[in-house]
Amino acid sequence: MQQRSYYETVTVHNYKEVRMLTSTASLILNNHVQETTTINPSFAMQARDLSVYYGNFRAVKEVNLSIESQKITAIIGPSGCGKSTVIRTFNRMNELVPTARTEGEVYFMGNNIYAPNIDPVEVRRRIGMVFQKPNPFPRSIFENVAWGARINGFKEGIGQPSMQEWVEQCLRKAALWDEVYDKLDQSGLSLSGGQQQRLCIARAIAVKPEVILMDEPASALDPIATLKIEELMHELAAEYTIIVVTHNMQQAARVSDYTAFFSMDEDRAGILVEYDLTKKIFTNPHDPRTEGYITGRYG
Amino acid sequence: MAAVILRENYDQLLHNLLEQVLLLGSMVEDNVHCSVNAFIQRNHHVARRVAELDQNINDKRYAIEDTCVTLIVTQQPMARDARFIIAVLEISTELERMGDYAKGIAKITQLMGENPVDATLLAALQQMEEIGLQMLRRSLDAFYHRDIKVAREIPSVDDRVDRLYYRIYNHLANSMIYNQTSVENANYVLWAAHNLERLADRVANICERTVYMETGELLELATNEDIA
Repeated sequence: MQQRSYYETVTVHNYKEVRMLTSTASLILNNHVQETTTINPSFAMQARDLSVYYGNFRAVKEVNLSIESQKITAIIGPSGCGKSTVIRTFNRMNELVPTARTEGEVYFMGNNIYAPNIDPVEVRRRIGMVFQKPNPFPRSIFENVAWGARINGFKEGIGQPSMQEWVEQCLRKAALWDEVYDKLDQSGLSLSGGQQQRLCIARAIAVKPEVILMDEPASALDPIATLKIEELMHELAAEYTIIVVTHNMQQAARVSDYTAFFSMDEDRAGILVEYDLTKKIFTNPHDPRTEGYITGRYG
Repeated sequence: MAAVILRENYDQLLHNLLEQVLLLGSMVEDNVHCSVNAFIQRNHHVARRVAELDQNINDKRYAIEDTCVTLIVTQQPMARDARFIIAVLEISTELERMGDYAKGIAKITQLMGENPVDATLLAALQQMEEIGLQMLRRSLDAFYHRDIKVAREIPSVDDRVDRLYYRIYNHLANSMIYNQTSVENANYVLWAAHNLERLADRVANICERTVYMETGELLELATNEDIA
């Protein structure tokens, strides 16, 4: 999908209007949001006709979505519309739910992550996840970051950082180093909630992912810690693709480049209603359901 | 299915804001009408009153702006609501400037004293005022009813105002050539006509904001003159 903007000159009642339409994603996506995704490796992640079942209940219905690389995409919608279910399918975490079943496909840089020859552990290394409740390991701050790197084949050597250096790099990227550099041997559980969450982000970064999934990463944090996480997301987006589920619309508007709005169908299955540039979604959404949700008139 | 949530308090605040804009428009309309009448009738008392009332217009404009800021920071308006508040900010500015035009005409009345003005020029000025204020009323009505069809049509009427302005201009230019003692007077009349011509231009801006509020499109509503 190529970015483009264009001018449209129209004659209305004999008067000339020059309109510049700058929404690029909506030109293609909103006209075809229900059409099947065309697989393109330039996208970090793509869902094609993705449906998710828990037993006989279809929780998510026929989602077609393409996530831009090295951008922040927010997923918003009312409770129960399948937002967390969708991102859990993006790194096969849903397989850990006994009754969960996936139909359709999920692609990571053009590769179907549900193909039989794909190792789900490798998927989860390259597509990391940060959860709503901070969950550092009951180990030292240092080991929280080092352990994942170590079991994923981290090797020191000429031209490579030492483990000490790598842990520092990850903690710096997670904007935590300055607060913990002198207590790396202390338990990760001794940190505040916001610090624990940044430690979890450092842990995810340590295994060199390409995508970071965040499921309401700041909902359990105070406003200051929340803003720190949001600032961190902006910094991380330079290097990683970030997909964040959030109930906080203002947060979605603040941090994301793109926003996907999910809602529920008549049969209570989650559906993708609209996906576009965040600016477009929050200033002039295409679908009245999106408008109703973001103006707080539908929930 | 999504549940409908009524935001009665919020909707009432938005409606109140809309009514304040209409009130400001009404104040401006009154002052413009009075200022032109005072000019035509050489009523210096009314002219002084118009200049004083301009402060009320300014105060109302700032009150509207304050309400907009409060809504933005407390309600975090999105989409249509956000576009509406932004449109209100722009429109209240346009109305306040129209109020300044009325005040300018009132000051001209006082500066001109009892100097005579050709009756045809006065008639043209009155026509400009009537057309301009009718445009203003219709534009605010279109804003209130979110009627973009009407909003798109209104700017075309500006051509009539422009023609009247150029008729006044040509008349005054000729008079200044043949009677240099009339230059100062002519300048005053021309300035009054200029204010009424600019008033009509600003109505077009209000119409553009109505279209933006409803469609999200930022565009310039050109007139026939712009296209030609």
